[in-house]
Amino acid sequence: MDIYTETILDHYQHPHHVGEISNSTIKVTEDNPLCGDKISLYLEIKDGVVENVGFVGTGCAISQASMSLLADEIQGKKISGLKKLTPAKVYDLLHVPISPGRVKCALLGLTTLQKALKMIK
Amino acid sequence: MNNAIKKQFPILKRKINGKPLVYLDSASTSQKPTAVLAALQKYYTTSNANIHRGIHTLSEEATAKYENTRKKVAKFINAKTDEEIIFTKNCTEAINCVYSSWGKMHIAEGDEIIVSALEHHANLVPWQELAKECGAILKIIPLTADYLLDLPAYKKILSKKTKLVCVTAQSNVTGTIVPVKKITALAHAVGAKVLIDGAQIAGHSKINVRDIDCDFFAFSAHKMLGPTGVGVLYVKQPLIDEMTPFMYGGDMVLTVQEQTATYRAGPWKFEAGTPNIADVIAFGTAIDYLENIGLAAVAAHDRELLAYAKKSFSKYSSVKLFSPARIQDAGGVLSFTVAGAHPHDIATIFNEKGVAIRSGLHCAEPLMGRLGVTATARLSFYLYNTKKDIDAAEKALKKVLKIFKIKGA
Repeated sequence: MDIYTETILDHYQHPHHVGEISNSTIKVTEDNPLCGDKISLYLEIKDGVVENVGFVGTGCAISQASMSLLADEIQGKKISGLKKLTPAKVYDLLHVPISPGRVKCALLGLTTLQKALKMIK
Repeated sequence: MNNAIKKQFPILKRKINGKPLVYLDSASTSQKPTAVLAALQKYYTTSNANIHRGIHTLSEEATAKYENTRKKVAKFINAKTDEEIIFTKNCTEAINCVYSSWGKMHIAEGDEIIVSALEHHANLVPWQELAKECGAILKIIPLTADYLLDLPAYKKILSKKTKLVCVTAQSNVTGTIVPVKKITALAHAVGAKVLIDGAQIAGHSKINVRDIDCDFFAFSAHKMLGPTGVGVLYVKQPLIDEMTPFMYGGDMVLTVQEQTATYRAGPWKFEAGTPNIADVIAFGTAIDYLENIGLAAVAAHDRELLAYAKKSFSKYSSVKLFSPARIQDAGGVLSFTVAGAHPHDIATIFNEKGVAIRSGLHCAEPLMGRLGVTATARLSFYLYNTKKDIDAAEKALKKVLKIFKIKGA
């Protein structure tokens, strides 16, 4: 039942890959207007691989921890593989029960990433 | 108010996550007493029929009961006559009725519409649209540092160009009670019409539309112990005659030819099609229930709980309250934030403790900007709440501080 596990709290209070990337290939911002959660995602892509990932975000523990976990996951990965990422994978990374009201929080990071991937020619 | 009242609300016996339900989200929607639930059951069991058409017994009974609620509503808000009471599906539709049926015909290019910074989207977005469509200008009454409407600023933006002033009677975020009578008098002095959004105040304190002297007053049944699906628009006579219908069809017509039709007068020309008969009838029972307890007693109870909650929550230095300093300036609503915990996380942890609160923008996004936050958590109170409920909320707050390792207890 407890969704505020050590992992979630740690990634919320000390998120990984925080910060802008000045020479990013892609920068996208996505938000949940009804919550006020917001994420700007920076990707530096070389030869179809995410060389460097960074994000700046505000919002609840679930949305921010989810992006932090996802950033760990995508660093160094091939774009072709990332396009196949599903919500199930995000829930797996979070490893806590997500109620219907928190689905948008949990998936904001993935939505932002998918928006970024669509911009790659 | 006591535990006897709580017992009349069967949902409050529920457990959430193994804990007794503590419902502190009445500003979103209120719970319903057994009497209202029984009225619904009774109507469908004994009198169900369509209204205004049949001449059989059931239809006559249903019509009489439906129209009887209109009379009760008129008395409840001290309207002059029940012909000033239009039933809609909710408060939003009531406000949209003014937008469609009065606004489009009476607002012209260069005219000004005034709203306040406290408005719920329901009493903001229709006026944004109207301003865009008619080439009018939308002006906003700002807030003071104490979350009250800035009346000197209001006086400054009022002018002969002002044609409509739309303000809430009570904020759903800060609980701020707005001096609607004063605002109406000032607007009338420049020839503007006034709409009051009464969604938060209806069922929480006595409403007297003739004393306020407003032209339109809108509210919802579901926030005052009635069923969902019923709203009310009061329109001061004879203004209703210069309004055109916003929906066309059966029941609102007088005569219909192949190419043209004429419409009924009064509120009935706005109630096209089969209305929400059962819920309107049960709304009448909700009004009876509230009148029986007394609106002054409900208002005093709300305020007592607000004072208690402010005292409980202000003990924590990490908690920020968004509430006017004086208790009499607010209704039973208390928004707060906790430094280091997002409102959604606060609401999730409260829910784990069985405490239902609202979190987010509260359909008041521009107000959030003015308050300098992206969201708040909100407690709201009603007659079935007790100080024990607020103690439960404070316990949940302590859990938030513990989970997020926040200092400031």
